[in-house]
Amino acid sequence: MKILVPIKRVNDYNVKVRPNQSNTDVDLSNVKMAVNPFCEIAIEEAIRIKESGNADEVVVVTVGDEKHQEQLRTALALGADRAIHVKTENPLQPLDVAKVLVKVFEKELPELVLMGKQGIDGDHNQTGQMLAAMLGLPQATFASKVELQSGIVEVTREIDGGLETLKAELPAIVTTDLRLNEPRYASLPNIMKAKRKPIDELDLGALAVSLENRVELVAVESPAERQEGVKVESVDELVDKLKNEAKVIE
Amino acid sequence: MKTLVLVEHDNAEVAAATLSTVKAASSLGQEIDLLVTTSSQDVVQKASKIEGVSKVLSFVDGQFGNEIAEDIAECVVQVANDYNFFLASSSTTGKNNLPRFAALLDIQQISEVIEIIDKTTFKKPIYAGACIATVKTNQEKNVLSIRTTAFDKASAESGNAEIVEMPLTDTSSKKSAFVKNELTESDRPELTSADIVISGGRGMQDADNFKLLDGIASKLNAAVGASRAAVDSGFAPNDYQVGQTGKSVAPNLYIAVGISGAIQHLAGMKDSKTIVAINKDEEAPIFKVADYGLVGDLFEVLPELESKL
Ligand SMILES: Cc1cc2nc3c(=O)[nH]c(=O)nc-3n(C[C@H](O)[C@H](O)[C@H](O)COP(=O)(O)OP(=O)(O)OC[C@H]3O[C@@H](n4cnc5c(N)ncnc54)[C@H](O)[C@@H]3O)c2cc1C
Ligand SMILES: Cc1cc2nc3c(=O)[nH]c(=O)nc-3n(C[C@H](O)[C@H](O)[C@H](O)COP(=O)(O)OP(=O)(O)OC[C@H]3O[C@@H](n4cnc5c(N)ncnc54)[C@H](O)[C@@H]3O)c2cc1C
Repeated sequence: MKILVPIKRVNDYNVKVRPNQSNTDVDLSNVKMAVNPFCEIAIEEAIRIKESGNADEVVVVTVGDEKHQEQLRTALALGADRAIHVKTENPLQPLDVAKVLVKVFEKELPELVLMGKQGIDGDHNQTGQMLAAMLGLPQATFASKVELQSGIVEVTREIDGGLETLKAELPAIVTTDLRLNEPRYASLPNIMKAKRKPIDELDLGALAVSLENRVELVAVESPAERQEGVKVESVDELVDKLKNEAKVIE
Repeated sequence: MKTLVLVEHDNAEVAAATLSTVKAASSLGQEIDLLVTTSSQDVVQKASKIEGVSKVLSFVDGQFGNEIAEDIAECVVQVANDYNFFLASSSTTGKNNLPRFAALLDIQQISEVIEIIDKTTFKKPIYAGACIATVKTNQEKNVLSIRTTAFDKASAESGNAEIVEMPLTDTSSKKSAFVKNELTESDRPELTSADIVISGGRGMQDADNFKLLDGIASKLNAAVGASRAAVDSGFAPNDYQVGQTGKSVAPNLYIAVGISGAIQHLAGMKDSKTIVAINKDEEAPIFKVADYGLVGDLFEVLPELESKL
């Protein structure tokens, strides 16, 4: 069985990203970049499935500019077998990314697609669901447990009220949530080995996907800052303030 | 053209999130219809009472008892011609369903909308709320997920919408099936719509200690939330998580106990009206957003607080 893992290059989650000077976009110059944390969880899950003998091959794919190769190398160092780089200079929106991934899916024909539930930059939470819709395949989003049985995958999902379990026929699209696993770190020998693993390069233009500028970014601003409040000295003072100043309790 | 709002419910009650979504929809200034997929007529009746709604498109059938995104997307696509806006809340249900039919209709969805400026221009937080983006759509049809904490609620009582029973095609998806739910039992108010929320973090140390929050929550009729660290460590169930990748809340009062105030946590609560932080580290970043900070050991503060409320 083959598992396809689409991954995204994003800011390191420790970095607080700010608007640029002209407030037209975010300022990502000098920002440390990384594999999107949810994609790391997807890579880890795919590798564990392979290690347990339920998959033969883990293929990672990313859509983006030259620098995205860094994240593909990271994924290869973590244990992915090979990588596909769909090259483009334009930042794509989730619908476009999904259209590109449809082409990659049709070429690779994986039984399972494991991907992040959201990019921590745009916070869209769309690409997996869109890919599933376009392929007419079942989706299981926000997975905290993934179990493969013959021809099906059983997925426990983190939903607002608790947990929900679904069964889906393979091939299926599964998006990861935080509790699915704790990703490993790449070892130095594996980082060295990853340098020799293959990265297939595809030009976006060659995939015959028509992309349109559907949603434009007009401005990026900092949110209104909260005023730092006061320190209270005691529980009595806190209760008093909440009752008589903020008037939020009785 | 009209606006279609997807109704969220548990087959008994309409979710508060839907009322906020209808309110958001009203600022588009067009007629609003609702779409309900459910196993219970009850919910359809209740939906028809929501303020400002013209019609309720009702898909009632056993197959809709547990919502499968594939099936719901089919229902929406079936009626899509009459609408140019499709809205749902950015709950896990909305997040699961909206992109599925958006893709079938070839629409780029706009997620987590906090402000509708006009019919083409919207604001949404990005990068864990560190920035607010204004985006402009060039599409004729749009799909919006609504961050409900940014909008008031429509009245659940004052409406009188026409109920339209929709013909049922067999939408039950063949490729996936519901297995089971393990829902968190609680008599407390729902986290995202509660007036008061008290959340615990890693500082609570274990699941037993986490119960120290319960007494205070009962006295204040508050919902209980948690940081990611508390959920990851098994102190609290996943649906308690507040933050960038959990739930967004904006209650009148948010009490953060043993939470350091990472940007991912702040993303889900910094729009609360009044914020209280209880932390033994006076340098903790949570104090930067707190109206009232109490530096102290939570194991001493919490019992005293409970006794004085
Ligand atoms: C400040 C800002 C400005 C932007 N401006 C523009 C703009 O002007 N024009 C424009 O077209 N778009 C713009 N975008 C869109 C941006 O490129 C999207 O964030 C991106 O296309 C995908 O969104 P996401 O990761 O949030 O999707 P999600 O749906 O949250 O991603 C979920 C998962 O999809 C997969 N995935 C997502 N992207 C890729 C990828 N590239 N390769 C492989 N797998 C992937 C990953 O598995 C990921 O975990 C902007 C975004 C931001 C934050
Ligand atoms: C992709 C991604 C998504 C994330 N999404 C979220 C999210 O949605 N929500 C979220 O919350 N986090 C999220 N995080 C995690 C976030 O970065 C922080 O790690 C997390 O919020 C920390 O939780 P905490 O404040 O409980 O723990 P810590 O940062 O460990 O803080 C514990 C605090 O407790 C205090 N404390 C300890 N003992 C006591 C005591 N006896 N009395 C009083 N105070 C005490 C300490 O001083 C400290 O400030 C995400 C991270 C990533 C990478």
